[in-house]
Amino acid sequence: MATAAKSTPNLQQGDRQNAESLPTRLLKYFGLMILNAFALLLVYSFFYDGNPGLSLVVGLITLFVNVVIFVPSLSPIRWMAPGLALAILLVIYPITFTVQTAFTNYSNVDHPYPKEQAAQQIARVGGFYVGENNPIYNWENENTFVNAEGVYALWITREVEGVTEGLFVAVGQAAVSVENPTEVPAEFQGFRRMERREVGRALRDLQSASFGAGEETYSILRGGQVAVAVPRYVFNAENGTLLDQSTGNLYVGDDSVGFFVREGGNAENPNDILRPGYRVFVGLYNFTRLLNEPALSGPLVNIFIWTVVFAFASVFTTFALGLLMALILNDSIIPGRKIIRSLLLIPYAIPGVISILIWRGMMNLNLGIINDFIGVEIPWLNDPFWSKVAIIVVNLWLGYPYMMLICSGALQAIPSEVYEAAAVDGANPWQRFWNITLPLLLVAVGPLLIGSFTFNFNNYLLITALTGGNPPISGSPIAGAGQTDILISYVYKAAFSNQADYGYASAITIVIFLIVASVTLLQYRFTRTLEQVSENV
Amino acid sequence: MSSNAAPSTYKHEDSRAVMSSRDRAIGLTLRMTAISIAILFALFPVVFIFASAFNPTGDLQTRNLIPQVDSFEELFTNFYSLTSDPEVLAQYPFWSWIRNSMIVATITTVLSVMLTALAAYSFSRFRFYGRRTLLLGVLLVQVFPNLLALVALFLILQQIGRLAEVIPQALPFLAGIDWGIFLMFGLDSLGGVILVYLGGAMGINTWLMKGFFDSVPREIDESAMVDGATHWQTYWMLIFPLVRPILAVVAVLSFVGTFNEFVLARLLLRSPENWTLMVGLFNFITADFSRDWGKFAAGALISATPVVIVYLLLQDQIVGGLTQGAVKG
Repeated sequence: MATAAKSTPNLQQGDRQNAESLPTRLLKYFGLMILNAFALLLVYSFFYDGNPGLSLVVGLITLFVNVVIFVPSLSPIRWMAPGLALAILLVIYPITFTVQTAFTNYSNVDHPYPKEQAAQQIARVGGFYVGENNPIYNWENENTFVNAEGVYALWITREVEGVTEGLFVAVGQAAVSVENPTEVPAEFQGFRRMERREVGRALRDLQSASFGAGEETYSILRGGQVAVAVPRYVFNAENGTLLDQSTGNLYVGDDSVGFFVREGGNAENPNDILRPGYRVFVGLYNFTRLLNEPALSGPLVNIFIWTVVFAFASVFTTFALGLLMALILNDSIIPGRKIIRSLLLIPYAIPGVISILIWRGMMNLNLGIINDFIGVEIPWLNDPFWSKVAIIVVNLWLGYPYMMLICSGALQAIPSEVYEAAAVDGANPWQRFWNITLPLLLVAVGPLLIGSFTFNFNNYLLITALTGGNPPISGSPIAGAGQTDILISYVYKAAFSNQADYGYASAITIVIFLIVASVTLLQYRFTRTLEQVSENV
Repeated sequence: MSSNAAPSTYKHEDSRAVMSSRDRAIGLTLRMTAISIAILFALFPVVFIFASAFNPTGDLQTRNLIPQVDSFEELFTNFYSLTSDPEVLAQYPFWSWIRNSMIVATITTVLSVMLTALAAYSFSRFRFYGRRTLLLGVLLVQVFPNLLALVALFLILQQIGRLAEVIPQALPFLAGIDWGIFLMFGLDSLGGVILVYLGGAMGINTWLMKGFFDSVPREIDESAMVDGATHWQTYWMLIFPLVRPILAVVAVLSFVGTFNEFVLARLLLRSPENWTLMVGLFNFITADFSRDWGKFAAGALISATPVVIVYLLLQDQIVGGLTQGAVKG
């Protein structure tokens, strides 16, 4: 094919041969304009929402699309622009994001936001502070008013030296003193008193509303009190500090731990820090944590060993059974080979989730049909040892049809002259298998075995659907880490359980990637795929 | 290396000549025994799920592989309750799952075949700077499985969904427009899952399709060009119809693959009415394993049967794809 391509260089000229008509071109530019406006909207909104990374990526993709459309020599790229744009957003960007996250303390619980956003969050949920000279009023739920426009108002009272004073404050209007604070009317200045149930429904809106106007705005505090209040924590963006107005403590952002720490306090002391913390780069901390923290590294070592054992055992058992069946079926004296092959293929055809769940039912300790048929009580899915056996058995069932298919393909490609020569030399069938069939077969299917290894190394589906990683490892800090968890299912738990520790999960992800990538590189070297690819394109 | 590559195949004919007929009979018996055991191993779960599905008691404790029923209708107890019992449907919206799976698989397949066919045509027909790098890049990026980027994918979709409320805040003059459309591509939406699947569409499929396009003689293009056709016209009216049969096979396999996909769908789809069939069936029995077993079995039969038929019909094409290194996900 490649030679045919070189003989027709005129095709490179692309669209230059066929100049577009003016209406087509105008239509194209109009479409591009709309696309760009939309992209700009996304870029700005993502940035506004505190996600500059995504904002940048969308911007770059837009730039790429524009360049490709305006530069005539890039016209071949236009054909793949939609696919590339999606791949950049949903494959390349996630990879860079994961790499970057591995070096941060990003977690959904302790360090969810960038610094400034975290400070704003602390200020927002930190409650109110009432200055010493500001009066505090009482508010009963039933003393709530609303007018025809849906504006809320409060009727609030306080005792001053035995006398009750009252105020009527509406949202956006200055407070009014009332003459008879103890007698709450049904109607007041165009507002009507709300029913108890109405108040209950509006409570959330009421609590976030500020009543009154100008400097004198009242907020509902805890316990039905109302006062002119300011947020308890005030963020100073210039020096990055938070001031607690109720105690006068100053909290300074400590960028090495990602917390606002009380001045003179200790970051290790939970009482000296404000939550949530913020995201910072922590260098190799997540990686050293993998090795140094006994609570983490203990389970991790077990999980790593099991992952490797599982992947090896899966490849070995499926290959052995698949090869055996391929050898048997390769002989033309077997009747009905086509039908047998189809029947043996069925495990491969059933959707993975479904067949794994069927096995899970069959392996149930008390109700499962397997124990019932054999007449034993093997705790297939509840015991550390037996659950590992169960996983390998099920994976054998799932995987051997694939091995059978590739082996029978490879067997048919071994030239019969080789066997004839061996028969002449007096080799028996056993010798022929070990000295001819297996070596020649391994050359052909070797790379696929490596591929199968990397596939099983990340066989999240099998583990999750069959055992869920159970039985649990006692004392693991990552909730639910189990004896049968492999690395990828452990990552999933680290990232999406209660801790939501994205930084730690990403660090393990990088480790997995390095392992898989080096194995794959081995595979490519083995098959010289890359060289072939380069020659053929 | 492909299954049909060798016309002269070794079939042990020579060994038969030197064996006595008694040896041959023993050999055949041994082989047929091994085959029988293998078939038993392969089909036992299948028989079991049939038995569970048609067993009217509907729990896991199936002691008889032949259901004990009094009437023909009783056989379908589990199917009835799964598909039409309002109480069951309120908890497990089975029809929504089927609909969601169909929507996701259809749209993903159509769009990804279109995206990759366009890219493959360009790789096959144009020679441009960076072509080789791009082709290799498309292949190498797949070394990083998208399973490993779960966190990032999760957060991207979350961020897209948030746009519905962020845009009115960020740009108040646009607040009048309903930006709810972004919710259809956010977390817990079918659009979001489709988007993620499409992100991984380029890859090995681009390579396979480029191979197909390469096999179409370039003289066809040239004659069309001479007649004044644009590249787009050549592609759409000449080349595309020629490769359509192969694209159809790729599309069917891509459909089945998407239909079966579980890991990403489980992470990204959160509420029961948005689940796909596989996520639904998974959650079905994690809720109350034994009690809902019969209904799960019925659902499993309904969803697996078409897929199995497709696989058995397309056996040979699948074998061809396998030897090129594709592993079923």
